[in-house]
Amino acid sequence: MSTQSTEYANSILPKDSLFDLRLQEIWRYRDLLMLFVRRDFVAKYKQTVLGPLWFLIQPMFQTAVLAIVFGGMAKLSTDGVPPILFYLAGVTAWNYFANCLKTTSTTFTANATLFGKVYFPRAVTPLSIIISNLIQFGIGLFLFLFIYAYYALTGYDLKPTSALLLLPLLIVLMGFMGLGLGMLVSAMTVKYRDLQYLVDFGVQLLMYATPVILPLSAVPDKYKPIMLANPMSGIIETFKYGFFGTGTLSWELLAYSTLFTLLAFLIGLVVFNKTEKNFMDTV
Amino acid sequence: MKPIIKVQNLSKQYRLGTIGTGTLRNDFKRWMYEIRGKEDPFLKIGEANDRSIKGSSEYVWALRDINFEVMAGEVLGVIGKNGAGKSTLLKILSKVTGPTNGRIDYDGRIGSLLEVGTGFHPELTGRENIFLNGAILGMTKAEIRSKLDEIIDFSGCERYIDTPVKRYSSGMTVRLGFAVAAHLEPEILVVDEVLAVGDAEFQKKAIGKMQDVSRNDGRTVLFVSHNMSAIESLCSRVLVLKNGTTYFTGSVQDGLKKYLAADELPVNGLIIDAQTYSHPHIRINSIAVNGSAGNQLLLADNFLQVDVSGEIQVSEQIALEVRFFDKHERQVAFYSPGHYYGTTRLYEKGAFQMRETITLPEGLTSGEFYLTFDFALPNIQIWASYPKALQINTKGIISKTGREFVYETEGLIFLK
Repeated sequence: MSTQSTEYANSILPKDSLFDLRLQEIWRYRDLLMLFVRRDFVAKYKQTVLGPLWFLIQPMFQTAVLAIVFGGMAKLSTDGVPPILFYLAGVTAWNYFANCLKTTSTTFTANATLFGKVYFPRAVTPLSIIISNLIQFGIGLFLFLFIYAYYALTGYDLKPTSALLLLPLLIVLMGFMGLGLGMLVSAMTVKYRDLQYLVDFGVQLLMYATPVILPLSAVPDKYKPIMLANPMSGIIETFKYGFFGTGTLSWELLAYSTLFTLLAFLIGLVVFNKTEKNFMDTV
Repeated sequence: MKPIIKVQNLSKQYRLGTIGTGTLRNDFKRWMYEIRGKEDPFLKIGEANDRSIKGSSEYVWALRDINFEVMAGEVLGVIGKNGAGKSTLLKILSKVTGPTNGRIDYDGRIGSLLEVGTGFHPELTGRENIFLNGAILGMTKAEIRSKLDEIIDFSGCERYIDTPVKRYSSGMTVRLGFAVAAHLEPEILVVDEVLAVGDAEFQKKAIGKMQDVSRNDGRTVLFVSHNMSAIESLCSRVLVLKNGTTYFTGSVQDGLKKYLAADELPVNGLIIDAQTYSHPHIRINSIAVNGSAGNQLLLADNFLQVDVSGEIQVSEQIALEVRFFDKHERQVAFYSPGHYYGTTRLYEKGAFQMRETITLPEGLTSGEFYLTFDFALPNIQIWASYPKALQINTKGIISKTGREFVYETEGLIFLK
């Protein structure tokens, strides 16, 4: 019996090549990807009265609380932008990243029963989560634009800049950073659940190290390095710069975020693909 | 002709027990070996997978060095006792988990059916779930759309198709799930015991569909089941697994014989070895039938005299129940005076002796039967259980014409 059976089209082996990202396979399952997105979206608001409106209520309240606590009581700087608008911009963008990270990081544990019964490229699941969240983000962005327009029409001096053209890039970066980190975490939580808890509150804490509440310009020099080291800072700051014309547009920071995202995504995908093979034995 | 699937030296190792700090240490050790380019130290150890024997190693081989080939259009039945490695094999074939060693080569797509209705979302309607489930099983949206009417028709759930699946009865969910799966069109289909669900009519329909798939469409099917009649009617060849190794491959008839023979009780064992449960109040020291405590008995008399001795810690009512099973695990007879007379004897605290005589019918045919002993207060309490503890071979009756009446062909009792 020969051990090399090249005459066969497919093989199941103990180990796959580490860098075989199997992107064509994911492409072949694109219908499943879209059906998952649909399922997540439809299932979320079935049997609710307000339906997709819930996607708006959450950031609205979050913004209101931030505006009252940090803008109203603590009187933190918002670079001269109306607090409501300033916080809503931060919250909308941040929530997209945070939701992507949090939901993808439970991929393996949350889908263990499904994954245990049938094979499909597992990466389809986190990808579908990113797209579902993108829809949610789209609705949030719509709300933001609506309020933005309201402020602009009532005479506030908002100066949108050409950095707004970077918006698609920012969205892609946030999505893929969340996806990459989430896949990495989900692969590791298969065996060691500790990470799950870390992510849950870590994401919450990380928000304070991102210019969601404080603009980068208002951060004391002592703490600036922490914020600059956070790859999300460049993205959020650019997002705000694009809409308000305040804050900073730093290409270095943006390049750092891009590099980090690329690395996180690649490592995440490789580790994820390596894990999917045998995770059923340990999950 | 070249086989469509070729399995070579396939092995799968599992670790027993819980995952804790020891795992981290072993993982680290494994990783160090890998870095230095050495073989994984944990692959050298490990034991054959026999559930009933307590092993010393933390690692067991659920499958070890499995080799077989399947030709295109063949229906291969995979049989074996619980824990023989059937499901592990199917899981590896359907890529749910990877092998530890060895390889599988195949042509075409493998579609697997380890469960019906995988990924059904209760909030979605039947129609939406057909699409979702179909896509999970590897169909494209266009493929599903072209077969949608057929699927709905096969499921027999047309009326409920736009109702959320959470309102379905469990039978309807299963029907819908199987309907989708039955319309999968991979070159190789891997099927676990999905036929064991649904009512008789549906099972018949499902088996018919499976036959259709292999005979008319010429697709290759790997079929795992405990249902021997389904195996007999569907398969052209069987693979018998035992404790993770290949026990037999070949014709269905021979395979079934081997499988049933593999079921025989250990030689020189005792009836009390079969104990699976014992209440803390009771201890049974010996069980003997017709004076023998061994687990095999060639029956010459037309009665069974059961002698039991043991101890109880409080006064209790205890009745003996004996169930007779044939080789196919069908129960053929039942002895239970507690049920029959509605009274049970009270045994005083301390040592006790029990003697019961079971009279066998005169026309009992010859055959091999397995006896299960239970000590119980009928319908209330089980004191101790000994499933399939004794194998008896009845001598049967020989007619005036010299013909022997056998259980397999004449049934349990020959009437006068």
